[in-house]
Amino acid sequence: MSTTSVSGTKYLQGLEKQIEEILKRYPEGRQKSALLPILHLVQAREGWLKTEAMDEVAALLGIQPIEVYEVASFYTMFHIQPVGKYVLEVCRTGPCCLVGAEKMIQYLQNKLDIQMGETTRDGMFTLKTVECLASCGTGPVMQIGPEYLYHENLTEEKIDQIIDHLRSNS
Amino acid sequence: MESYLKHGGYQSVTKALKNMTPDQVVEEVKSSGLRGRGGAGFPTGMKWSFLDKKSEKPKYLVCNADESEPGTFKDRYLMEHIPHLLIEGMIVSSFALSARTSYIYVRGEMMYVIRILERAIAEAYNKGYLGKNILGSGYDLDLFVQPGGGAYICGEETALLESLEGKRGNPRNKPPFPAVWGLYGCPTVVNNVETIAAVPWIVNHGGAAYASVGVGKSTGTKLISACGNINKPGVYEIELGLPVEEFLFSDEYCGGIAEGRSLKAVVPGGSSVPILPSELILKTAAGEPRLMSYESLAEGGFATGSMLGSGGFIVFDDRSCIVRNLWNFTRFYHHESCGQCSPCREGTGWMEKVLHRIEHGHGKMTDIDLLVDVAKNIEGKTICPLGDAAAWPVASAIRHFRNEFEAHVLNPESCNQKHLHASLVAAH
Repeated sequence: MSTTSVSGTKYLQGLEKQIEEILKRYPEGRQKSALLPILHLVQAREGWLKTEAMDEVAALLGIQPIEVYEVASFYTMFHIQPVGKYVLEVCRTGPCCLVGAEKMIQYLQNKLDIQMGETTRDGMFTLKTVECLASCGTGPVMQIGPEYLYHENLTEEKIDQIIDHLRSNS
Repeated sequence: MESYLKHGGYQSVTKALKNMTPDQVVEEVKSSGLRGRGGAGFPTGMKWSFLDKKSEKPKYLVCNADESEPGTFKDRYLMEHIPHLLIEGMIVSSFALSARTSYIYVRGEMMYVIRILERAIAEAYNKGYLGKNILGSGYDLDLFVQPGGGAYICGEETALLESLEGKRGNPRNKPPFPAVWGLYGCPTVVNNVETIAAVPWIVNHGGAAYASVGVGKSTGTKLISACGNINKPGVYEIELGLPVEEFLFSDEYCGGIAEGRSLKAVVPGGSSVPILPSELILKTAAGEPRLMSYESLAEGGFATGSMLGSGGFIVFDDRSCIVRNLWNFTRFYHHESCGQCSPCREGTGWMEKVLHRIEHGHGKMTDIDLLVDVAKNIEGKTICPLGDAAAWPVASAIRHFRNEFEAHVLNPESCNQKHLHASLVAAH
């Protein structure tokens, strides 16, 4: 399979080295396997996946754009709409709720003055609930993209510290 | 790496590649009685022996590290703390299966675990445990980490393979099984992280030694991730056969129910397995002590038993609400259904809606049997087991706690957990 070069693209330029590294993992003719890793790579830099970015990925891998869209819309980690600089993803599944996740979700909504799925006016934070993050023994848990670091055993005080820290960072 | 080597790490690679044939490794794993630790409990050696070795095509070993079953966090713990144990297991297991390229498919949310594994893999290449002509044996192996994208369904092995091929995680029809038609249409074995991590010990000490640990057909040790209303949530390695009562109440493990409350129920093997009330989790219906083993937890069938599953041990105290938790779990399965099969796609949504209205004070008495009926019409009628996984919690919760559902219909204010978490989250 011939792959279009990265040069001349807008959303892949500068990622050549990582992309080349990823493509080496799969046998000849199976470059489509690189789709998820490359989408992660683009999203980490761009924040979310614009249609034009997905089209460039399709051209790179020699597949149809629809093959990229259907994957990006299937997996919950990919954002196909604009999101805030930080995406706060709070686990809402049973085990976390046994140890107070619902309270943390409510607290975050009040603190940021947005509902789940919304982004703050200043574009800093998007709030989302997600399903189980495999952190059931250390819940409630929140993960913050684009780095996807885990913040566990959440309390209101911890949430205050995290939000303050992120605000002062930017 | 240095610390891992100092503690005897990678010895099984040396032993297997220099002194054993691939078939001998398979035989040791067979005689160990090791069973798949992801949830299904299928004998690992037998799964390996199904691999179509005569095929001219390349063989693949894929490690399922898509740990997403609610209540389960053992693989994450293992990979974060002992990444080299998984890598060592991947090398020996790949050798046994004559695979030259292997993948560890890690759920995308665990980005930091992926970085840990990639660093450890680079160290293993540097030391000559991976790459060309490993330890001069003539055996070549490349090992790569693949990130998922956030989809519970990719823990199902054929959905995982689809995802690894860069597609949506839609489970495949079986047969053909992955042993014949797996990754890229080649013979493939998919094993859970904990399963693969058990292989180095088996190679070092022999299958018989492994089989001497545990009880009956539940051989060896198992990681149990314990959570919910207990004093000491965490990951515990237990010898299979440990009494549930000891696991739950001894200070060595869960340390009893938190805040001095009493035990109401346990989901012993991840959210998909049937829930058991306190009297049936501690003792079987026949009055025998219930043990942490595949057989004992299943004793009594679904009427009075459950399953060991993934070892995700979720404990509910007397304040927790069975209805509220079931609504939550059902919402999970609805969210995670891939949408291929109508019974699962539609049925999980219906169950979520009906449970939502019971939990929020708009339920009818007939809703309870309606839920049982919908669950029955999902179970066994889908391509993959997600349908069963969504149906079993519903059927078992109503079987053992029907009075609680009735109480919600008669008096919506009877829900304890709702009052406990004063502020409620909207359903959607």
